[in-house]
Amino acid sequence: MAVIVRIPSPLRKLTGGASEIEAKADSIGGLISTLDSTYPGMRERLCDETGSVRRFVNIYVNDEDIRFLTNQNTPLKDGDQVSIVPAIAGGRI
Amino acid sequence: MPDGVTSRPVIAMDKIKGLKCRECGKLYRPDPLHVCEFCFGPLEVDYDYDAIAARISRETIAAGPKSLWRYIDLLPVEKEATVGLHGGFTPMIRAHRLGQALGLDELYLKNDTVNHPTLSFKDRVVAVALTRAREFGFDTVACASTGNLANSVSAHAAQAGFRCFVFIPSDLESAKVLGNLIYHPTVVAVEGNYDDVNRLCSEIAGEYRWAFVNINIRPYYAEGSKTLAYETAEQLGWRAPDQVVVPIASGSLLTKIWKGLKEFERVGLISNVKTKVNGAQATGCSPVATAFSEGRDFIKPVKPKTLAKSLAIGNPADGYYALKTARETGGVIASVTDDEIVAGIHLLAKTEGVFAETAGGVTVGVLKKLVEQGAIGRRDVTVAYITGNGLKTQEAVAGTLGEAIYIEPSLEKFQRRFRLKET
Repeated sequence: MAVIVRIPSPLRKLTGGASEIEAKADSIGGLISTLDSTYPGMRERLCDETGSVRRFVNIYVNDEDIRFLTNQNTPLKDGDQVSIVPAIAGGRI
Repeated sequence: MPDGVTSRPVIAMDKIKGLKCRECGKLYRPDPLHVCEFCFGPLEVDYDYDAIAARISRETIAAGPKSLWRYIDLLPVEKEATVGLHGGFTPMIRAHRLGQALGLDELYLKNDTVNHPTLSFKDRVVAVALTRAREFGFDTVACASTGNLANSVSAHAAQAGFRCFVFIPSDLESAKVLGNLIYHPTVVAVEGNYDDVNRLCSEIAGEYRWAFVNINIRPYYAEGSKTLAYETAEQLGWRAPDQVVVPIASGSLLTKIWKGLKEFERVGLISNVKTKVNGAQATGCSPVATAFSEGRDFIKPVKPKTLAKSLAIGNPADGYYALKTARETGGVIASVTDDEIVAGIHLLAKTEGVFAETAGGVTVGVLKKLVEQGAIGRRDVTVAYITGNGLKTQEAVAGTLGEAIYIEPSLEKFQRRFRLKET
């Protein structure tokens, strides 16, 4: 299942400058693993030592914050848009 | 960050060690930075408290200027104060009549409605931010604001000779717009709410070498709020109150009041700090109060719809830390409706002669509620923070006031109209 992932500028060093990438995963947790294997170092930027998504990293699936879905268990389907947004950069509603 | 700003040698001063990420602890030089590049957490000034404790005392403070700068040893500037020399040290009012109305024996109001020069607590944070901005060598200052901050940045920039851009939501109260324009900054009214303004400013801040006081200067700027806590302790006779009630917009003020009290304890100026830190929001914009009552530790952003425009931040930057502070200290975060806000403004004015803006109505409304709920007890030494002046938000009380009685200039007309008993 391919989803589109929007990468914020501070993480584009890891993606070779790409601001949008396509990845295959069936959940947010799976997507983080996929991203980390393609772009090593991505997991530690997104998750803390307990494996939870960092407090000031927001991840949205089709504009809904995963904290209000089922966090890393949030399922993904073909064509979903995932955005990674640092909270202090202004966040979004 | 533009060249020339980050290339200074590592600190000459001894009180500031640098900046530290509140989340992952990563250390940075004390530069114009606000976000951890690794984990995106907020950066905070890291002090050498042992060095500060060695030189600060009640006497050194008392010998200082009658302004927020008497606490310069605990503020994040390298040299002397250069901007906002007369801010702070506002009255601490023993509120007998309001206390009686609410059922509190020892209630105080920290009255920042008369702060210098722009009548809100923002004169504290801006004095610190612009003094620091000058140390960094900036020539342009800017802010994203719900009104009071823009007023204060505009006035201080005029006095200090900075070029100034202020960004505000397009629906602000007219006095808060005028209160910028009079100082001749560039005023940009953004079509949208504060959160839209803030997002735009974050992007602008990345493009220009400006000191955005609440973006790239935020770690320094926010520290200015601690002076409200320092003054509280000093004006109460070097003790911490049992309870404080603080309005929440971004949440920064509440966290810094707690930080200020704990710092005073840390450097040996007061002891036994057990203050319960309570937060006040308007129901029409209460993401922090909602998270508190639902037992969540994350904030769900909201679209603000409230009379209290100065508190209308739907996505509060320090909301998480405000929540944490209230919970850790045994405080409560509650909200009040627009009607309760207006009632709070009236109650404060008619019992204490203080005309507060809408945020003050929120604070008084929540104070009343917490006393009624038993969260604040009759004997608790309580301080409510009245952070802005009612003359700036006159729209909020329009239609809720009595009218003047017009008469001809004649004693007879007066007596006929009023039929007062002679004394």
